[in-house]
Amino acid sequence: MATASTSSKITRGLDVAFIFKKAVISALVALVLFSLMIGVRTEAGSDGQLTYWTRFGDLAAMVATVFGGSILIELLRAWWGPVETVRVMPPSATRALSFAGRALVPVLLIFAFLVPVIFYNERYILDLGILVLTYVMLGWGLNIVVGLAGLLDLGYVAFYAVGAYSYALLATTFGWSFWMCLPLAGILAAFFGILLGFPVLRLRGDYLAIVTLAFGEIIRLVLLNWQSLTGGPNGISGIPRPTMFGIPLTPGDDGLAAMLGIEFSPTHRIVFLFYLILVLALITNWATIRLRRLPIGRAWEALREDEVACRALGINTTTTKLTAFAIGAMFGGFAGAFFATRQGFISPESFTFHESALVLAIVVLGGMGSQLGVALAALALIGGFELFRGLEHFRMLVFGMAMVLLMIWRPRGLIGHRAPTVYLERNQAISSDLVKEGSG
Amino acid sequence: MINDILSVENLTMRFGGIVAVNELSFTAERGKITALIGPNGAGKTTVFNCITGFYKPTSGIIRLRHTDSEWQLETLNDFRISKVAKVARTFQNIRLFPGMTALENLMVAQHNALMRASGYTFLGLFGVPSFRAAENAAIDLARYWLDQIGLLPRADDAAGNLPYGDQRRLEIVRAMCTEPALLCLDEPAAGLNAKESGELNELLLRIRGEHGTSILLIEHDMSVVMEISDHINVLDYGVKIAHGTPQEIRDDPKVIAAYLGADEEEAIAVMEGET
Repeated sequence: MATASTSSKITRGLDVAFIFKKAVISALVALVLFSLMIGVRTEAGSDGQLTYWTRFGDLAAMVATVFGGSILIELLRAWWGPVETVRVMPPSATRALSFAGRALVPVLLIFAFLVPVIFYNERYILDLGILVLTYVMLGWGLNIVVGLAGLLDLGYVAFYAVGAYSYALLATTFGWSFWMCLPLAGILAAFFGILLGFPVLRLRGDYLAIVTLAFGEIIRLVLLNWQSLTGGPNGISGIPRPTMFGIPLTPGDDGLAAMLGIEFSPTHRIVFLFYLILVLALITNWATIRLRRLPIGRAWEALREDEVACRALGINTTTTKLTAFAIGAMFGGFAGAFFATRQGFISPESFTFHESALVLAIVVLGGMGSQLGVALAALALIGGFELFRGLEHFRMLVFGMAMVLLMIWRPRGLIGHRAPTVYLERNQAISSDLVKEGSG
Repeated sequence: MINDILSVENLTMRFGGIVAVNELSFTAERGKITALIGPNGAGKTTVFNCITGFYKPTSGIIRLRHTDSEWQLETLNDFRISKVAKVARTFQNIRLFPGMTALENLMVAQHNALMRASGYTFLGLFGVPSFRAAENAAIDLARYWLDQIGLLPRADDAAGNLPYGDQRRLEIVRAMCTEPALLCLDEPAAGLNAKESGELNELLLRIRGEHGTSILLIEHDMSVVMEISDHINVLDYGVKIAHGTPQEIRDDPKVIAAYLGADEEEAIAVMEGET
């Protein structure tokens, strides 16, 4: 069907019969699916007997929506042209776009630094900003594994959890400060990354994804059941808040507010946390950009492109994969430690598969390997999700639809092209259809 | 004998009940081009995969002699064969990194040298001057090889966007960027037209002449094999049936019989009929 639609669009004429046929088929499928799901409502009666009633009106509305939606999507497709089409734009528009593209990064960065200043009195926006930045950092960390090395990791939340629990346990047991525990949390997470890396070295594609998924679940179940160490489902509470290099952000006499001679406000801590995660995320970004231009980063990307060729060129694929897992996991661990200190309480509930899926969605939606794309996707996914809060229970629907539309128009993510790591004369982006997704 | 860079001794490779290569012995001379030819399914690529470590041979010894050291390739891991024994290879179906530029492809090939220079990433992360110097040297080497195949103007284009013939030659110079002692080429002329295979011959002769790299070659294109090979080994059904100079091979009835799928007597009859 895909080839049929592509070939019919080459002429760019509207194939009415084809669109109508497709809409009818979609409507029929919807009718079969929804006839039981929506058409008949069953419930247990007062004595446990089965009561049911029909909702044919709703069913008809759903089928009609699918019919109309199918026509609409096809019309949009015809208007937009096939996905592979190279659209010729006037040079002025191209120049304006490339200027906007270059200006986007500094503008976003300056905006991020100014958020606490602009929204100082809006606690909700500050909290949301911290949440978005946490996911930006997680996305950038996973981007090393999935986007650069091409290793599909569905259990990234495991390293987030290891980082969070490392900090929580070290801080509550030994009373060590956040700044001492942060590197340790990263190192422990990296160690777990290597631990996961070893058994999955020989696995590729779907098999790798399943094992990493299982790894994420194993970590969560261990945390849930190792009562004596992790507190099981009760989690760990009373995790120390971070201090500004030893100065606590408390109303007491030794607090930051008293030292600076200003009135104490709980917002100080939120602002501090905001800048803390911003700096951590930017360190992740800086390290990734540097690593990409080093031999190890090029080896990761080469591994994504062709593993056999890598081995023929004398690249040790084992250590290359393990370093990708370890470094990706390390940044996950940093983010986890931050999460623990922000929340003050952690339990295994915060580290479900849902989190892994969300971070992976951010990486895929952003365009695998693109730092800016991942940041934009995190902003859109986490921020956008909040934006639709007014729609109440329709928000998932709107959100899902937005994602489907995005994947139709930009199947390789928001920023799909790849920037070369080294060039002689021209630094030109590489089209996404040449770049491999990796099968390892 | 001591001037052989590669000697394969009694190499046997079995896949289940199938014997792909049977008690094969041959040598490749240092600084020369040695060809391995034979009909389809003769086991040439299997021999290649054994030499370059992609298969572990069932039995036999593969010796690689540098001027000062010797390696037994069948005992090394695949990536160490390229890294320490300095054997590079290309593939029958091109295996470039299509989403990386031509220049990046050649930079990846210099991974091990750059890895050492970057202090296994730790020093490179902070851009120490010695790493920058090493990277510039690597770019210069890549620039030299791109110039050798006339691809310098397209250095910043994605490898997957290059024409087929350019991709073939880029893969060969990518292998050369690992600075190998022995270069193994699996059908480098496959799919090339007469002009392109002429350019390929020139490139290979230059690699042998100017860099002293020994070359082991699998090829079907006789215009390439006969023109540039110093020595030819002929394989059929996993067994060596002939070896010698191109002239000797051209006149060998056993070789003609193998290629025509006929008996030796028939082949002799054909040859005598011709003359």
